[in-house]
Amino acid sequence: MFHFAYDGDPALIGIVLLSLKVTLTALTCAGIAGLPLGAALALARFPGRTLLVVAINALMGLPPVVAGLAIFLLLSRSGPLGGLGLLFSPGAMVVAQFVLVLPIIVALSRQTIEDLWSEYAEYLRSIGTGRLGAIPTLLWDGRFSLVTALLAGFGRASAEVGAILIVGGNIDGFTRTMTTAIALETSKGDLPLALSLGAILISLTLIINAAAYGVSRLGARFTG
Amino acid sequence: MGYPGWARGSRGDRVHNMTSILPLTIQGLRFRRDGCTLVAIDEANIRKGRRTVVVGPNGAGKTLFLKLCHGLIAPSEGSARFTLDGGIVAGRKRHSMVFQHPVILRRSVFANVTHALGMAGHKFFERRRRARETLERFGLAALAARPARVLSGGEQQRLAIARAASLEPEMLFLDEPTASLDPTATRQIEDLLRLLHEGGVTLVMTTHDLALARRMADDILFFNDGRLIESGPASAFFERPSSAEARAFVESRLFW
Repeated sequence: MFHFAYDGDPALIGIVLLSLKVTLTALTCAGIAGLPLGAALALARFPGRTLLVVAINALMGLPPVVAGLAIFLLLSRSGPLGGLGLLFSPGAMVVAQFVLVLPIIVALSRQTIEDLWSEYAEYLRSIGTGRLGAIPTLLWDGRFSLVTALLAGFGRASAEVGAILIVGGNIDGFTRTMTTAIALETSKGDLPLALSLGAILISLTLIINAAAYGVSRLGARFTG
Repeated sequence: MGYPGWARGSRGDRVHNMTSILPLTIQGLRFRRDGCTLVAIDEANIRKGRRTVVVGPNGAGKTLFLKLCHGLIAPSEGSARFTLDGGIVAGRKRHSMVFQHPVILRRSVFANVTHALGMAGHKFFERRRRARETLERFGLAALAARPARVLSGGEQQRLAIARAASLEPEMLFLDEPTASLDPTATRQIEDLLRLLHEGGVTLVMTTHDLALARRMADDILFFNDGRLIESGPASAFFERPSSAEARAFVESRLFW
C-alpha cells in the first residue's frame, strides 16, 4: 500500500500552509467584498439589473484556466498591472482565487438576501429603513445561510488548480500548493505523494466544512 | 396591571409635551389595484387618545386602510394625513405598526428591540436603556436573552407590540393583534393595549372579533367591500347601527 512518503516533512507542511494561506486570504477578501455586494444587488433597482444578475450567475461557472489566463495577461510584465510585480507570487494566486470565488459569494448571497428581504421588507419600511439601509440588518439576520455561500467559495478556491498554476507557476517552496503539487507529482509518476496530498486536502476540506456547518447549526438553533 | 416597572403616566407626559401629529384626517381616500377600488373613504377622522377599532369582514380593506394610514402604500387618490407631514416630529416617525404576522428578527428578544431603536436613530447606550425599560414594562424582561424566533405566538405578538411601543409612538396601528391567539394570550395582549392607551398612545386596530371590538373600542370604523360604511362612537354602532350591512355584521349575519 501507499504510505505517506513525506510525513512531517517541512516541505509538505509548507505546501499545506501556503495552500491554506492563499485560499483563506482570497476567501476573506471575497467575503468582505462579496457579501455586501450580493446584498446590494439583491436590494438595488437599476436598469440592466437582470442582465447583471444573469452575468454573475454565469461567472460562477467561469473556467479557472480562463480566469488564470486573463489574470496572467493583466499581471504579466507588459500587462496593465505588470508594475505590481505580482506574477508568479502567492499574491497573484490570491488574486486569481478571489476572482473565481467572488461571483459565487455574490450570487449566493444575493439569493439569500432577496428571500430575507421579501420577509422583512414591510417591517423594515415601517420602522423607516430604506432598501440600502436594510443591508446590515439582512446580512446579520442571514448570517447562518450566508455561511453556505462562504463554504461554496471555499470549496471552489481550495479545489482549483488551473488558475493558480498559470499565475503562480508552481515554484517549489514559493508558489507550490496542494493542488498544483498533486498535478505535478501525478504527471511525474510519484503517486504516493500525490495521493497523500490528496488525502490531506480532502481531510482539511472536510474538517473546515464540518466546523462551519456545526457552528452555523448551533448558532441557528440558539437564535432561531 | 401587574407588570413590574410600569410607570403610569411617564410615557403619556412625554407624549403630551411634544407637538401632536393627531388627528389623522382622511379625505377622498381611494386605493385601486388592477382597476378594482379596494379602499374608498370619503371622509374620516381619527382623534387623539381614542381607541379606534376597524371592523368588517375579511377582504373589507381593513389591512390596506392601516397600511395607507401608516404610509406603507401610497393612495391612488386623496389622502390620509397627520397634522404634521408623514407623522414625523423632530426627525422621528411618531406612529408605529404591528403586523398581523409580526416580523421577528433572527436575534434575541432584547436585540429585536434595540434594532428598532437603532433604526429610529437612537444611540447605543440610549437603545440599551430604552430596550431594558420596555421589556421590563411589558413583562418580557425574563425573556430578554431568548432567541426571539423560538417564542410562542403570543410571546412574539407581545414582543412585536413592545418593540413598536419602545419607539414611543403617539399612534399605534395594530392589524388583527389577537388573531390566532388562545384566550389567555388574547387577554395578555388586551392588557398591554390598555396599558399603552392609559399611557397616552392612540390606538387603531383591526379585528373581525366582535367581542374584542366591544371590549376595546371607543370609536368604530366599519368597512365592507372596501368602503367605509359607518364611523362613530362604539356604543352607538353596537346599539343602533344605521346601515343594513352594519346591522347584519353586529348580529353576525354577515358571512366572512
